[in-house]
Amino acid sequence: MGAIRDALVVAGKSYSSRLLVGTGKYRDFAETRAAVEASGAQIVTVAIRRTNIGQNRNEPSLLDALPPSRFTYLPNTAGCYSAADAVRTLRLARELLDGHDLVKLEVLGDPQTLYPNMPETLAAAETLVKEGFKVMVYCSDDPIQAQMLEAIGCVAVMPLASLIGSGMGILNPWNLQLILEKVKVPLLVDAGVGTASDAAIAMELGCDGVLMNTAIAAARDPVLMATAMRKAVEAGREAFLAGRMPKKLYSATPSSPTEGKIAPKAA
Amino acid sequence: MNGKAHSFESPLGIGALLSRLELSGKKIAVERNGEIVPKSAHAETMIRDGDQLEIVVAVGGG
Repeated sequence: MGAIRDALVVAGKSYSSRLLVGTGKYRDFAETRAAVEASGAQIVTVAIRRTNIGQNRNEPSLLDALPPSRFTYLPNTAGCYSAADAVRTLRLARELLDGHDLVKLEVLGDPQTLYPNMPETLAAAETLVKEGFKVMVYCSDDPIQAQMLEAIGCVAVMPLASLIGSGMGILNPWNLQLILEKVKVPLLVDAGVGTASDAAIAMELGCDGVLMNTAIAAARDPVLMATAMRKAVEAGREAFLAGRMPKKLYSATPSSPTEGKIAPKAA
Repeated sequence: MNGKAHSFESPLGIGALLSRLELSGKKIAVERNGEIVPKSAHAETMIRDGDQLEIVVAVGGG
């Protein structure tokens, strides 16, 4: 395989897509699959949950719908409120996925906001990195905490742009910019994106990628929204690389020539 | 097992339990009393009275 142009590099691996998607909240696996395909995402998040003992033994599984041979799984710790639970969950995920070590750490603070609990997140990150996990970490948009996570050895920092599942968009672009200036590992916006323009704004700021679930799954037409998000992430990235024109309160520089205009009509 | 009490008439290994639950060969992971039981050790690991087992799968999530 040739080198990917403008690849997203996470933990030494290159990805051509800068859009990462969740696999929750879809009607069924067929819709999950169709939306993931339309998004062009190569990395997909999954949750780890108890099996239904003795029920629906032959029910279809997510792994059949999205074969791990084609997609990079990113097991998460959604629903964990302590470092200990998050670490246990990811040890189970690594066992489940035959030693796969790229993971998404999130330790939540409360069920109402799903805001990250940063002391627990830092503690969990420390343990997981020591155990050889490659940790992509959901975090607050605080540049100091992001630097702490990078110092611990996390392979990507993933601040929220607004609350998980809120669709409120990029509420504090300046903090994202501060983090971008401070950390060298990839910064992905995780949580808060509601529609295509939000994803584009994140990418135009210079973020390395966007991770989303609800914005696609809760759209009226999830597959169409997945397509829109793919384009928005690509467009935002290209706009960032292209370098936007400076914002000016008054333009005073017309785009058309000022020479050769016809004579103004005599009064 | 996954938060519910189960009793068995005779001693049972994790491998045998999984086969009884028709979970053999499925993408699952097993934890016993907070410690991972690797696939390679399923056959030889006997379940003891009072053991707490968690058997998990990957599901859709964000």
